[in-house]
Amino acid sequence: MITETQQSLAQAVVARAQADAAAAPGQSIPLPASYAAELDAQVAAAEANGPRWLADLRRAGAAAARAQGFPTTRHEDWHYTTTAAIAEAAFPSLASASGAVTEGDLSDFTFGHAEWPTAVFVNGRFDAARSTLARLPEGVRVRPLAEALREEPEMLERVLGKVATPEAQPFVALNQGLFVDGLLLVVQKEMEADVPVHVLHVTDATGARGATHPRVAIVAERHSKVTVIESHVGLGDAAYLANPVTEVDVADGATVHHVLVQRQSARAFHVAHVEARQGRDSHFVSFSFAVGGQLSRTNVYTLLGGEGCGATLNGLYLLDGAQHCDHQTRIEHAQPNTYSRELYKGILDGQSHGVFNGKVYVRPVAQKTDGKQTNNTLLLSEQAQIDTKPQLEIFADDVKCTHGATVGRLDQTALFYMKSRGLTDETARKLLTYAFAADALETIEIEAVKDSLEALTLARYTT
Amino acid sequence: MSATIETLVNREYQHGFVTDVEADQLPPGLNEDVVRAISARKNEPQWLLDWRLKAFRRWLTMKEPHWPNVQYPAIDYQAVSYYSAPKLAASKASLDEVDPAILETYSKLGISLNEQKRLEGVAVDAVFDSVSVATTYKEELRKHGIIFCSFGEAVQEHPELVQKYLGSVVPYSDNFFAALNSAVFSDGSFVYIPKGVRCPMELSTYFRINASGTGQFERTLIVADEGAYVSYLEGCTAPKRDENQLHAAVVEIVALDHATVKYSTVQNWYAGDAEGNGGIYNFVTKRGAARGFRSKISWTQVETGSAITWKYPSVILQGDESTGEFYSVAVVNGRQQADTGTKMIHIGRNTKSNIVSKGISAGQGNNAYRGAVKVLPKAEGARNYTQCDSMLVGNACGAHTFPYIEVQNNTATVEHEASTSKIGEDQIFYLKQRGLSAEQAVSMIVSGFCKEVFQELPMEFALEAQQLLGITLEGSVG
Repeated sequence: MITETQQSLAQAVVARAQADAAAAPGQSIPLPASYAAELDAQVAAAEANGPRWLADLRRAGAAAARAQGFPTTRHEDWHYTTTAAIAEAAFPSLASASGAVTEGDLSDFTFGHAEWPTAVFVNGRFDAARSTLARLPEGVRVRPLAEALREEPEMLERVLGKVATPEAQPFVALNQGLFVDGLLLVVQKEMEADVPVHVLHVTDATGARGATHPRVAIVAERHSKVTVIESHVGLGDAAYLANPVTEVDVADGATVHHVLVQRQSARAFHVAHVEARQGRDSHFVSFSFAVGGQLSRTNVYTLLGGEGCGATLNGLYLLDGAQHCDHQTRIEHAQPNTYSRELYKGILDGQSHGVFNGKVYVRPVAQKTDGKQTNNTLLLSEQAQIDTKPQLEIFADDVKCTHGATVGRLDQTALFYMKSRGLTDETARKLLTYAFAADALETIEIEAVKDSLEALTLARYTT
Repeated sequence: MSATIETLVNREYQHGFVTDVEADQLPPGLNEDVVRAISARKNEPQWLLDWRLKAFRRWLTMKEPHWPNVQYPAIDYQAVSYYSAPKLAASKASLDEVDPAILETYSKLGISLNEQKRLEGVAVDAVFDSVSVATTYKEELRKHGIIFCSFGEAVQEHPELVQKYLGSVVPYSDNFFAALNSAVFSDGSFVYIPKGVRCPMELSTYFRINASGTGQFERTLIVADEGAYVSYLEGCTAPKRDENQLHAAVVEIVALDHATVKYSTVQNWYAGDAEGNGGIYNFVTKRGAARGFRSKISWTQVETGSAITWKYPSVILQGDESTGEFYSVAVVNGRQQADTGTKMIHIGRNTKSNIVSKGISAGQGNNAYRGAVKVLPKAEGARNYTQCDSMLVGNACGAHTFPYIEVQNNTATVEHEASTSKIGEDQIFYLKQRGLSAEQAVSMIVSGFCKEVFQELPMEFALEAQQLLGITLEGSVG
């Protein structure tokens, strides 16, 4: 039995954390004026033309974005990542799809499966010419968000902002106030998609010094199954901001595989938020692969909201140069008999800075929770730096939760062994580095994606 | 089975009595005059008063931090009396002059201040409210050149040592409570172990809060010179009261080349009643600086008392090849809250740190481990191993883990492991079918769970800790 006091204590803790986050000084930089103006314009546009709910959504997003500003390292959730550079750049939203992206430009990013249903977004707008949505698996419906807003707003009303909310999430708030396009993907009940759907967000050279705020909503109805790959890629080396938000509604008995591939340009800012809400006996399997951007932050959150459901959140980040890459995961066990598995690995070279913060909450009702979280980091260079913070907050007693974190360089005995077998020091190092990464990549269940990312990793460390 | 845990958890606090002594107590409130009054009562030199005032002025500019995972009503710093001393304690050339009521208090607590009894061979500095009332075995220690006395005496007799090391590990500006302590600290213990001396006995301070409406702000400073060794114990209790009393202490440790300091705490402040009324707020700053080559600082703590415990005994590993250790058992029951852990800051080469933290949550208690392991860029070959396990007894408690790992050197090896689980029902079942009662079974499982920490404690303390744990968990088996 859960006492009321315990419930209220848990709530009070959360409430106070939020209040503190709002009240403590120095935790945020005021929202740049240009963003405030953009937000106002979107509110006005929605009030003039849009359905009422959209205006409400915009207003809520704008208000939250204003109230929160841009977080600094004094904000506990952003303790190791400052967004000052993003605020300073204040890149404006890109007005329209520009760009001459050719099929050839994209071939690198299609995992050798250009025939997979692919929705391509160039500089934040749906590009019908590059997309191949003719052969969707049975039971899967996709629609660009801008079109859906015109054609079926009542459907979007039920979906948008329902899973990912702007409270205590400055970038979700900004996205909610500013999104103009993206994708709505619905899988009908009891349908299993046999091929993955690929959502490819591209920013090309003409998107330099601009920002995109795409919103993707995935609805997996009960007992359905789907795989969605979301790629965020940059062509060229432009500086820009990508601020995507993905909401995933996983109904009872449904399974969603979600792969995030972040290959932004070396100068890009990337702040992504993926949030899932899960029903009874559902599964959410996520993988986040990150190699690009000068400053990237990826949130992967899930709410285990039905009995017997579970989530697997894995990831790999490969950094070099002066890159800064931050992952924050949050798993909230809200019902009994739920499980979570998490493995995040990072390989840091150059003067790169990796951050991992994995939160696991177990609510008082969530008895029989089974949680396991691991974060391993390999430091290849003297100046690379990692801050890791695995975190457990447990309010139920009949649980089994573990987490582990390791940081180190290559295993010197393994290296010695390989050299004693006749491998050169260099080869031994490369192989061990690759093996470290492959451990995480092997958990990807979509063969083509796994092979392609493995090849990418192998090339990175062996050539 | 729940009935037995129930009774196990709910045993009464044994040290909750009040001693009736006349006290010299400052009226509640805090301002520069209070700081001056404390300093004057202690007949302090000007530099110390200046330091206190600097701390006080700094404190005025600081805000009480609220980041820990604990909740409590706002503290009114003007309602606390910052100085309370038993009247007879003014001069205490020998134990005969100590108020018998106070001696009685300590013997009731099981601490003999009477040297004739030669109990345990432990030298004790007894701190009663704001002042040290007695220090035993001083003479014998003096033969080895060891200084072990109250802080007030140290200021009078060894001002150069105090001035050199005071605030060198925990500066007065360190944090809100450290600043408050620096302004109003009343007494505490001072230890200096000279070069090459291995302290022949355990040193111990026993803190007792007695007066009501007061806070206790003591300050401990331990300096181990080159090659010295000392093992230091600290115990604490307080009467049962409905009010919350603030205990904001500062402990500073300095270890020079090849020196070792082992600091053990068994903290058993009054925890408040089952509804969470009363109890001590234990907001303490403890930090050691392992400054010397191959120096070592080891913290062991058993935290069973206090309404709220909030402390992070830390080690700054400055010296090459220095070692920091932290062994902790924290138990919460009733409505206790604990946010405790450690910080290991690796600065020197080949520095090592080891953290073993065992948290037990029962009743409606909330227990958080918060630890930081920092490896700075120059800390080549740094090594850390952290293990923190939590056990949950009963379904209304909480266990939380917040480790912060920051590594800036790739030759470092850092490992962190944590687990949280329920007390094993099959283990209890097994022990019961072997003829043990549920209570014995729980106590056996819990001592097994805490074994790695208890074995770090000096023997007398280990026994006390084990018993305490039994008492704290009484009534929690469900």
